[in-house]
Amino acid sequence: MLAKLCKKAFPKSLWVYHCNSGACNGCDIEILNVLTPYYDVERFGIKLVASPRHADVMLLSGAVTRPTLPLVKKAYDAMPSPKLVFGIGSCATGGGSWFDCYNVTGGGDKAIPVNYYIPGCPPRPEAIIYGVALALGLVDKKVAPVELKQMEFPIDAYERNRAWENRNVIYKLLDD
Amino acid sequence: MVLKPGVVTLKYPFEPHPAPETFRGAPHWDHHKCVGCGACSNHCSSRCILVRDMCQELRVMLYDGSRCTYCGRCADVCPEKAITISTGFEYATGDKNDITERVELFMLTCQRCGRCYDMEHTNAIDRLDLRGYRYDNLEARALIRKTSDQFDQKLFDETDKFARPTKIGE
Repeated sequence: MLAKLCKKAFPKSLWVYHCNSGACNGCDIEILNVLTPYYDVERFGIKLVASPRHADVMLLSGAVTRPTLPLVKKAYDAMPSPKLVFGIGSCATGGGSWFDCYNVTGGGDKAIPVNYYIPGCPPRPEAIIYGVALALGLVDKKVAPVELKQMEFPIDAYERNRAWENRNVIYKLLDD
Repeated sequence: MVLKPGVVTLKYPFEPHPAPETFRGAPHWDHHKCVGCGACSNHCSSRCILVRDMCQELRVMLYDGSRCTYCGRCADVCPEKAITISTGFEYATGDKNDITERVELFMLTCQRCGRCYDMEHTNAIDRLDLRGYRYDNLEARALIRKTSDQFDQKLFDETDKFARPTKIGE
């Protein structure tokens, strides 16, 4: 039963390659933090490898700057084919504060296809673990686009008036 | 001396581990309190809060969480305290649209002049007063940045046809 559970829970052992494309080292420190015994990701079989040729997953941190753009593309091409890219931090997700700078391509997805985005500046180690667990299918996605409107729907107003009438004690007293 | 071995590893994805109270996560708008002044978009360091005017009385605030640095300045400057900073951090997603927020606001018009503000055809310099008005395409930005001696009518016509995004990513 335990073996069955393990097979279900840990479908893959991901070997990750950490690619810094001009990050401020904040996200890189958090990635290293994830590998420490406190947030031990080796329990998911995740291992940091030195070469992109060994890797299944690229952890891309930093808005891809102009000097690193060809290097990031080369590293992505060097990875063997079933490959995932995680954009870690606000810079890799959408460019961060530097999204329209002259020497920044504006996010990891402008350079290479990014599969999972982990926003945060820097993301907490838990957030990175959550993103990895999302890719492994251990947790469900918790975010959805939010749309708020100041318009009131008539059915809502009707129900609120009904509730107010039910709450209103004076009418009940008058009835008595 | 270790009497008994212990486990320090968090059981995080299987057990919740909430962030401390002082943690700054994504901002959330209270659309009943918001007056649409645009102070948050003026102070946003990564310009991820955009202001779009759909018509004379409808203003749309767009929040693009993909490049938000969670600095919390929008909540600090909000005069109506309509923005609260949550302590959430589980925003990992495969689609950038999931971390956006869109707030539609009704704007009252001025009783004297009958309008809120000039929208489309004012001077480009005036539009810079509110940073959230700036367009997100680079051609329009090049136009706004350039002064009259480098004015390009062709670029200007392209900018005029540029459809404002009703939703970030479209």
